[in-house]
Amino acid sequence: MSTLLDHLVIAPILVPMLAGIATILIGERSRVLTIATGFASVIGLVVLAAALLILSDEPVARAYRLGDWPALFGIVLVLDRLAALMLMLAALLGLAAFSFSLGRWARAGAHFHPLFQFQLMGLNGAFLAGDIFNLFVFFEVMLAASYGLALHGSGTARVRAGLHYIVINLVASAFFLVGVSVLYGVAGTLNMADLAARIRMLEAEDRGLVEAGAAILGIAFLTKAAIWPLGFWLPATYAAASTPAAAIMSILSKVGIYAVLRMWLLLFGDGAGLSQGFAGAVLTIGGLATLAFGSVAVLATQNLARLAGASVLVSSGTLLAAIGAGEAAVTGGALFYMTSSVLAIGALFLLIELVERGRDVGADVLAVTREAFGTPEEEPPAEEAEVGIAIPGTLAMLGFAFLACALLLAGLPPLSGFLAKFAILAPLLGPGPVPATSWVLLAALVLSGLATIIAMTRTGIEVFWAAPEGTAPRVAVVEIAPVAGLLLLTVALTLAAGPAMEFMQRTAEALHAPQGYLRGVLGGPP
Amino acid sequence: MELVVSLGIGVLAGSGVWLLMRPRTFQVIIGLSLLGYAVNLFIFSTGVLRSGAAAILSPGEVGSIDRYADPLPQALVLTAIVIGFATTALMLVVLLAARGLTRSDHVDGREPER
Repeated sequence: MSTLLDHLVIAPILVPMLAGIATILIGERSRVLTIATGFASVIGLVVLAAALLILSDEPVARAYRLGDWPALFGIVLVLDRLAALMLMLAALLGLAAFSFSLGRWARAGAHFHPLFQFQLMGLNGAFLAGDIFNLFVFFEVMLAASYGLALHGSGTARVRAGLHYIVINLVASAFFLVGVSVLYGVAGTLNMADLAARIRMLEAEDRGLVEAGAAILGIAFLTKAAIWPLGFWLPATYAAASTPAAAIMSILSKVGIYAVLRMWLLLFGDGAGLSQGFAGAVLTIGGLATLAFGSVAVLATQNLARLAGASVLVSSGTLLAAIGAGEAAVTGGALFYMTSSVLAIGALFLLIELVERGRDVGADVLAVTREAFGTPEEEPPAEEAEVGIAIPGTLAMLGFAFLACALLLAGLPPLSGFLAKFAILAPLLGPGPVPATSWVLLAALVLSGLATIIAMTRTGIEVFWAAPEGTAPRVAVVEIAPVAGLLLLTVALTLAAGPAMEFMQRTAEALHAPQGYLRGVLGGPP
Repeated sequence: MELVVSLGIGVLAGSGVWLLMRPRTFQVIIGLSLLGYAVNLFIFSTGVLRSGAAAILSPGEVGSIDRYADPLPQALVLTAIVIGFATTALMLVVLLAARGLTRSDHVDGREPER
């Protein structure tokens, strides 16, 4: 193994950091240079993530010790399959959102490019961090950048939603710190692997404190993941944020899911002794409640951007409920679902702006009101003249993309959304008696799919077929290409479902039996 | 010593939470600051609390590792203070922007109807 290959693990943090610094230094002097730097960074990240994805697919996790201090004293970055998968998702979404932003959004306010790069740096760092305090630091980097991005473009609605978003996240950070220090106070370590090893040996009387600390930490993670009732901020913030910011922020909620997956399975997974499976019921029930709330929100929404925000809630709820089941096979399905839904929701957020461009302000509300109260159309449609007029090409393309998003989010065949839901449900209904919660999850998943397809169909009809004199929106290639790219990736995911699913299963098994992770970080037999 | 510190943390956290629930943005930011202080003190106290101890060594004493407080929480608290400071500053800017744009210092950006 060459030494250069070892250092690859820290590159996903360094590349966006350097690119961010460079874009600050270049400033407004050269737009071409700024864009070139940003592009080099996001493309580099995709390549890096692909390399790391291949590297990570081995039984033992790869630890990168900064300054070569022993893992217990120094800072470690850990690369395992889950981290590599998340890096890949963040990089793909980053590439798509960056490309989209070049259309117009990057010029809508100051410092978009540095903030965007630091956002990617925070995301990548959170996925790679091997101890909970660095997880906190990278959470803050990520959040600080997201505050800036959420406010990008300014305007009353953004500032108002941003204010709530910032306050909620600062309080969640306070919870995070309290949880970290309680765990440190009991176990005497912050390294995740060491913490997992020590929790297995803890006396019974210390367990209460560890569980309390982990629960407080969990509140911070679950607020990010927008579990019910901690997720009311999400639709408003995401709907108000500028489009590329919303697209990249849609993976922020997955960071919460990632942290839950990592910490919960490491600390309270198989072999954790008396605390095994602690709070699994909270995840399941909370996930189901989020799923229900998200489905109602999807149905009730009158606005496309809020529809996408509600879809994030549905996706979070599905993931949490599936993770809460605590079975490796279900977790594997959940990881597949996460990959599919991150790509789909990212594409939807980008698509919304393109679709809305051709419409009047308030058209959504008007449409729903008309539907509810049966107000007649202002003018009866001209009979003969309009028959045969083709939908403009751009609109047809947008409509096709919208259809793909709807299929993905509702979980209908033939795209990967269906396979993902199937992968979650199949092991739940596997051989042996099926517990009641599995039936509830099955019903909730199917019903949420129904709610999504109803809402998306209704919106699709209003936007693409019944739009009063829709002027075809003007769409640049850099704007439609990322949407198409993300959707093509889901097609690829569908076609390569076999190998992808096997990878997810290996990931889930490594998460549920973390010996490989422990051995990679601590060295020696666990 | 423990009692005083815990009471201090409790009072700070309680006041912070109460202020967080208030409708004015300035109250919210003070509440966040107080909550931040409470959390920082809490982290600090997970090292060891001892009163009347010498800073490094008392005269004529042989040094030993268990005489010292755990330095890690102190390092953590330093990081947490810096991050808290930065986010509070950012929050202040957003607060002023919200005040300017909505012409109201209510957290929802408009005065409640009475």
